[in-house]
Amino acid sequence: MSELTALTLAQARDGLKKKTFSAQDLAGAHVAAIEQARALNAFVIETGERAAEMAKASDARIAKGGAKPLEGIPLAVKDMFCTAGVRTTACSHILDKFVPTYESTVTANLWRDGAVLLGKTNCDEFAMGSSNETSFCNPVISPWRRKGANTPLTPGGSSGGSATAVAAQLCLGATGTDTGGSIRQPAAFTGTVGMKPTYGRCSRWGIVAFASSLDQAGPFARTVRDAAILLRSMAGPDDKDTTCADLSVPDYEAAVGKSVKGLRIGIPKEYRIDGMPAEIEKIWQQGRDWLKAAGAELVEVSLPHTKYALPAYYIVAPAEASSNLARYDGVRYGLRAPGRDITGMYEATRAAGFGKEVRRRVMIGTYVLSAGYYDAYYLRAQKVRTLIKKDFEDCFAKGVHAMLTPAAPSAAFGLGEKGGADPVEMYLNDVFTVTVNMAGLPGISVPAGLDGQGLPLGLQLIGRPFDEETLFSLGTVIEQAAGHFTPQRWWS
Amino acid sequence: MSANLIKGSTGDWEVVIGMEVHAQVTSKSKLFSGASTEFGGAPNSHVSLVDAAMPGMLPVINAECVRQAVRTGLGLNAKINLKSVFDRKNYFYPDLPQGYQISQYKQPVVGEGEVVVDLDKGESVTIGIERLHLEQDAGKSLHDRSPTMSYVDLNRSGVALMEIVSKPDLRSAEQAKAFLTKLRSILRYLGTCDGDMEKGSLRADVNVSVRKPGAPLGTRCEIKNMNSISFIGDAIEHEARRQIEVLEDGGVIEQETRLYDPNRMQTRAMRTKEEAHDYRYFPDPDLLPLELSADEVAALKAKLPELPDQKKARFMRDFALSPYDAGVLVAERETAEFYEAVTKGRDGKTAANWVINELFGRLNKEGKEIAASPVTAAQLGAMLDLIADGTISGKIAKDMFEILWSEGGDPRTIVEQRGMKQVTDLGAIEKVVDDVIAKNPDKVADAKTNPKAIGWFVGQVMKSSGGKASPQAVNDLLKKKLGV
Repeated sequence: MSELTALTLAQARDGLKKKTFSAQDLAGAHVAAIEQARALNAFVIETGERAAEMAKASDARIAKGGAKPLEGIPLAVKDMFCTAGVRTTACSHILDKFVPTYESTVTANLWRDGAVLLGKTNCDEFAMGSSNETSFCNPVISPWRRKGANTPLTPGGSSGGSATAVAAQLCLGATGTDTGGSIRQPAAFTGTVGMKPTYGRCSRWGIVAFASSLDQAGPFARTVRDAAILLRSMAGPDDKDTTCADLSVPDYEAAVGKSVKGLRIGIPKEYRIDGMPAEIEKIWQQGRDWLKAAGAELVEVSLPHTKYALPAYYIVAPAEASSNLARYDGVRYGLRAPGRDITGMYEATRAAGFGKEVRRRVMIGTYVLSAGYYDAYYLRAQKVRTLIKKDFEDCFAKGVHAMLTPAAPSAAFGLGEKGGADPVEMYLNDVFTVTVNMAGLPGISVPAGLDGQGLPLGLQLIGRPFDEETLFSLGTVIEQAAGHFTPQRWWS
Repeated sequence: MSANLIKGSTGDWEVVIGMEVHAQVTSKSKLFSGASTEFGGAPNSHVSLVDAAMPGMLPVINAECVRQAVRTGLGLNAKINLKSVFDRKNYFYPDLPQGYQISQYKQPVVGEGEVVVDLDKGESVTIGIERLHLEQDAGKSLHDRSPTMSYVDLNRSGVALMEIVSKPDLRSAEQAKAFLTKLRSILRYLGTCDGDMEKGSLRADVNVSVRKPGAPLGTRCEIKNMNSISFIGDAIEHEARRQIEVLEDGGVIEQETRLYDPNRMQTRAMRTKEEAHDYRYFPDPDLLPLELSADEVAALKAKLPELPDQKKARFMRDFALSPYDAGVLVAERETAEFYEAVTKGRDGKTAANWVINELFGRLNKEGKEIAASPVTAAQLGAMLDLIADGTISGKIAKDMFEILWSEGGDPRTIVEQRGMKQVTDLGAIEKVVDDVIAKNPDKVADAKTNPKAIGWFVGQVMKSSGGKASPQAVNDLLKKKLGV
């Protein structure tokens, strides 16, 4: 049944509707594919039985003519989303036995629309990382390999498991979370489409929090259309999250393939960074040419505060994280390591339960919020954030509809190759993506080609607040020009 | 103000006091979750996923708690901030599930206001309010359930509190007690806090420092978690004495947090400034700034009940009461309402005398609240009507009050059944008067030179009539017959 796993989400939807195959066939094919792909370590928990039950229910609804928008579509869910009755760990030792009694709003929306859960995907611990290497469950191995080599590569992070599951055809789509690039960078590394919607587009309720003012859920898919279909189901208002926008969700699929003629696309000059590989520069130029050929107007724009975005991000995000992770204290749930007294228990639990990168960020966050340092770090970073936001607003006010940038400063790198001695080396991966989170804007990463070693490269489109539709339209242009990229199957 | 000074061995000292009052907001559900705020449930029976800080849970502000805070601000004549911000106050404690308390730090919902506090001898002082902010209560650690383990009850976790901070305007234990009493009265009038200190609905941290009159402010110590007004008075007295002794012995006051031990009548150090937490406040990114419209605030203002100060002024104006009587009657909303029911359509002064002297006197003596009074406002009012129309005398009314208190019943029926009606028939009284005069010629002679002796005759006549003769009629007749 492997041809079923090669379908796009939209094709599978049509096939189910026409009863060419059943939802149970579709789920079964994916469950089998997942079992054969354990070498990739993309899933931290497989829910084959649940998938079978959900697919059976989908078939019943299809038979009755009551199919919903995602009826019978098998999906993977990043292990940051709480799923009722299914272990949710954020790939951290501190939560590795935690089974929520509740379902996150985003995943509940997916099941409401008929989707089927295949399992939970691996990610960096608490989504803190750019290579999946901080996961307590060991890193995901990218389905991609350099030409003629078998060095294990990173799928990117933090949503590396979801990106891999989509790229390796283990599911038709997946959810991710993006705090500084955690959807767009792995999408770029794996040749998939990854969308981080506008902050507030998707509810954060039930998603394990990393940095509340930056976290946003979004879809991974193999096509722009599939991502649009998924986002329509994931997004929407939620009374349980006051930062979630009270706006109705447009039919994103209708924007796919819509003409981009006359749209003004900004090319931010500050994104031309020192030491950027020629191949990245080349693909960026390629993207400009494609959009121009499709009738868009290209303008050079300036986002003068770009260079401060990464440092400011690495103050704001750890600050919020240090507070958000305080609840993992061993008192009510999760890991508890014994100690002589309450302080001893806290220290032992958090030392044993959190990995090195999480501990580092908790300490950075605690430091920048401390009395005497708050003004110099946190407050200043928030001011920078306001300026970054204003940079974008100024461009949009001048008639720019969206911006085109590279999604990541390089193609995928080898596991263990970066950040060993200097964590900043790893943080630099987010240089093109963090600005979008800092400004709360929507961003999409679309596959644009392969580099000389045969690895995927992605282009990022950044849109106006709540204008995901324009990004889907522009993304289609790149997709049609660049084509689709599928890794050679070496794992089964 | 010199009466407030404390004498030390090196001269007079002035005590300076400020208070942080934590008042539990009266609301059905918690500040950021839908869980019940009901008191006294089984441990952990009123806990939502948000209160237990489960992964991915988010706070949602309870609009009623915000309205209660705004009402309180308006009742304290305070500035309402149309934009305020919730911050996280970070610290680790087992009964604090999130690892932070959601509070308001730099931008509270209510700004500066003031409270007028009545003191003895008709004096009053105006105490400034610095701010009022909303915050979550913590849960409760239970250390007495097991020799080796501590338990945590999260029923209170997330319950809304208002922290009301006074300016350091208080100058004595008496003022501090009067301030808290007045504040509690205002909260109860507003219905924003039940003020029940035994249940912990109202508790205060008291900042105390001493200085020589006119000197700059001294270093303060904070006495934490006081939940009795009289203990607050005692704690201030002892803490002020302690500080004076330290200073007069050449020592310095360390800024620290202290606890008051009512058994030993002393405060003891809890933690010093160096041990104080660094709370790492920052705006809670899960919550948008709290924005209110001027219209919403105006609507809440328009619906505020009459507050103690306004009610007192009205009682003085409409019922010709003294400031003291009016102040006593309005101190609690319930007593004011009782009085108003009694005085409706009747003489205000007489009603006040009966309510304050007889009823309150008796209630205090038996340790009863007004709500538990055996004599209702309707009964007391009916009895006042009997006095007013001359059916009973004031003296008989006291007997009547006794009957109402212990047996109950309708005053008019009681008068009929027990023959308590006063005698106003002049002929009958005259007979008794003549009889008494005839039997006591020596007293008659005495009365001619000493008009005060008439009292003896009144007593005799009343005694002979079984107390039912109209005192007024007896007086008039005696004066006429004795020619005084």
